[in-house]
Amino acid sequence: MNVGISIKNAVKKYGDFTAIPDLSLEIKPGEFFTLLGPSGCGKTTLLRMIAGFNSIEGGQFYFGDRLINDLDPAKRNIGMVFQNYAIFPHLTVRKNVAFGLQNRKLPKDQIEKQTDKFLKLMKIDQFADRLPEKLSGGQQQRVALARALAIEPDVLLMDEPLSNLDAKLRVEMREVIKEIQNSLGITTVYVTHDQEEAMAVSDRIAVMSDGVIQQVGSPKTLYQRPGNLFVSTFIGRTNVIECRIIEGGIEFKDGFRLAMKNLVDCKIGDEALASVRPEELVINENGEEGIDATVAYSTFLGLNTHYFVDLSDGQRAEIVQESKIDDIIENGTKIKLGVKAEKINVFTKDGSRSLVK
Amino acid sequence: MTLGKKKADFWVVASLLVLALYLIFMVVPMIKVFYQAMLDPATKALSLVNFKRFFTTPYYSNTLVRSFKVAVSVAFFSLLVGIPLAYFYNMYQIRGKKLIQMLIILSSMSAPFIGAYSWILLFGNSGVVTVWFREVLGITIGSIYGFKGIVLVLTTKMYPLVFLYLSGAIKNIDSSLLEASANMGRTGFKRFVTVVLPLCMPTILAAALMVFMRALADFGTAMMIGQGYMTFPLVIYNEFVGEVGVNKNFASAVSVIAIIITLVVFLIQSWATRKTSFSMSAMHHIEPKKAGILGKIFINLYIWLVIAISTLPNFYLVYLSFRNTSKSGNAFVDGFSLNSYKYVFNNMGSSIWNTIRICGSALILIIVLAILISYLVVRRPNAINKTIDTMSMVPYIIPGAVIGIALIMSFNNPKFPLVGTAWIIIIAMCIRRIPYTIRSSVAILGQIPLTIDEAAESLGANKLKTLVKVTVPMMLNGIFAGAIMSWVTLITELSSSVLLYSYKTMTLNIAVYVMVAKGSDGRACAMSTILTLFTVISLLIFNRFSKDGEIML
Repeated sequence: MNVGISIKNAVKKYGDFTAIPDLSLEIKPGEFFTLLGPSGCGKTTLLRMIAGFNSIEGGQFYFGDRLINDLDPAKRNIGMVFQNYAIFPHLTVRKNVAFGLQNRKLPKDQIEKQTDKFLKLMKIDQFADRLPEKLSGGQQQRVALARALAIEPDVLLMDEPLSNLDAKLRVEMREVIKEIQNSLGITTVYVTHDQEEAMAVSDRIAVMSDGVIQQVGSPKTLYQRPGNLFVSTFIGRTNVIECRIIEGGIEFKDGFRLAMKNLVDCKIGDEALASVRPEELVINENGEEGIDATVAYSTFLGLNTHYFVDLSDGQRAEIVQESKIDDIIENGTKIKLGVKAEKINVFTKDGSRSLVK
Repeated sequence: MTLGKKKADFWVVASLLVLALYLIFMVVPMIKVFYQAMLDPATKALSLVNFKRFFTTPYYSNTLVRSFKVAVSVAFFSLLVGIPLAYFYNMYQIRGKKLIQMLIILSSMSAPFIGAYSWILLFGNSGVVTVWFREVLGITIGSIYGFKGIVLVLTTKMYPLVFLYLSGAIKNIDSSLLEASANMGRTGFKRFVTVVLPLCMPTILAAALMVFMRALADFGTAMMIGQGYMTFPLVIYNEFVGEVGVNKNFASAVSVIAIIITLVVFLIQSWATRKTSFSMSAMHHIEPKKAGILGKIFINLYIWLVIAISTLPNFYLVYLSFRNTSKSGNAFVDGFSLNSYKYVFNNMGSSIWNTIRICGSALILIIVLAILISYLVVRRPNAINKTIDTMSMVPYIIPGAVIGIALIMSFNNPKFPLVGTAWIIIIAMCIRRIPYTIRSSVAILGQIPLTIDEAAESLGANKLKTLVKVTVPMMLNGIFAGAIMSWVTLITELSSSVLLYSYKTMTLNIAVYVMVAKGSDGRACAMSTILTLFTVISLLIFNRFSKDGEIML
């Protein structure tokens, strides 16, 4: 039942254009695995190669031990959920869910039992005999999911399944997806460009850019210890500030020196980039050392207050503070910014490699 | 993008089969026409003598100018009548919209020559209206024959095309565009000219081309009401089957000239459309609004006047069909009777059955082939299918009479004796109608996302099963809309079947033509009434089943 997916040296070409140059990936059995990246990064292309809808120009794709490169999509035993749901509009909800089972030529009563089970599971049994166009977007997505799961696939593939839903429904449905996946324990590959969604549902995430996997890791790793500058800017918000490696730490351009204990693989004097997330900057009000900055403006969002400040070289940086009961710092105020040294990340000047362990 | 397997599967076989059909029934016959056109009728040697004769004999070359004059005038007047009609119909609340739409379609759907025939009965030299004016009022009204008559009749048949095309385009205009222009101070007539018309320009051009082509190739109207106003389809017909002297080579040459002209017009239109084309789809359709009292009167007056003029011939024929006739059936006498119908059912009943049999077979073939071809073109693009796509558009520019003679020249031989059979008419109908059905099927299929097919595949359905169980059922509604229109077009087809029919394969439409030619007015009226009834029933079925009354041409 539960199979892992193993991809070795996959290549995808569209004519002369190489979408995926050389990609290898191991997805564990039962894992909720997400391909995350900006549009055009090749994540959907890779998913469709796994599904069998895209040709494979090189490499091997395995489900467990089985090579599936030349296997017809109809025979791969996959469940697929599409961005536009791809529900058959001429069939009722029940017939949509039963469609895959009918193709297996199962006995009638078994089809009915299985269909009912998944209609109930996805809480759409009350709409069973309606046509899909009468359903809301969220309900249609439930139908799509029930239909994909009803055939008890080895692998569940989801291509941006929530992007056509409104914000509130998106949050609700991602909980549903996560819960169902947990309870069924089915190997799932999920494609999204929404990093918050990816973090919310995934066991592990592969961040992709230009057909190359930048980093694979748990949501926590990707956020706290990104492997390169791309990952650190793509996942969450961050301020990239130029700095230089010094003995036992880094020095920012305005001369502020920060002690760091976890720097590796770097030479003193090298130029580097510090990636400091908004919550890793602290406004020092008691005259301690810090980066010089001037408050440009602030945004009060209830739980947090965001300050946008200009550094001495004119760079704009963002700080998030838990809102205080005192007055908000006025625009134009000169402040000093402390940095949480154990949390920040430092990258080589070209952003390709992390200097933090 | 599907898995790249290169085995000779079902689809490759289907592609080759379709290609073979096109080669046998269209390409080779057309080559024959071109070849025959290049032969000297006397010596059978290759020469351009036919073309020379056409262009140096004013009797023939003038027909080209005349046909052109007719087609341009008809296109102009159809736009003039059709554009305001579509605008009023779609922008304002009007009572009885369904009835209006049906009457408009009905007026377009009877064969033009039947309309012409009815106009003659009304306004001809001994027409009732003419006679009434002459004898009661002492006024001589002008003649309906010739150029004026042809343009009048064809316009009443063609403006509905403009109306239907344009209604579709107006439905695609988002109401926010109109609101935006109102916000910027542009409303009413000025907005119509500067916003609505330009938005519909590609459609208007397409409609104008369609009208132009049909008017150019029309045979029956000119034959009936032209009275010596020779247009080139008449020349083709006369030279091919005429009583005076048959010259197949010359007829072929005129056909070639006709094809070249329509091709040039087609290319100009494609160029113009490309320059003005953009894609539009409305999130919010325009809500028809209430007109002021004066506007309401004007709009209703306009719509109903147009409908009255264009449907008058149909209703007059229905009336005549119930008039009592003399024994011979050739003259009307006082009183009413069912004599005409009795004769038709007793003697011409086979033509009713022929209509159902021949047009029905053609319709089924057209639908099956169109679905297959559109699937090949949209979902399996490759070199063969691209060729098929191009070839499927060719009949669009070939006048019906030319298709008729091409088929006769190719299949009037012992090896392939199709002439005189129902098959040759079915084939001609398929060739003539299929480009339209393919275009609409391609459009429908294009709107079905590929992911639907993929979803079916991921659920274990193979490609054929996906087509049969998912794709075709999803296309059906749209195909049905197109099929009704095809059906109505088929039962009123004249220009190629008039060359291809035999006594055994006479359809209602041909029978009307033959009866009119014989002067049996009562019987012609009865049959044309039956034909109208067919059309009305088809339209009612259509209205019953179509979701939103959307018409696909």
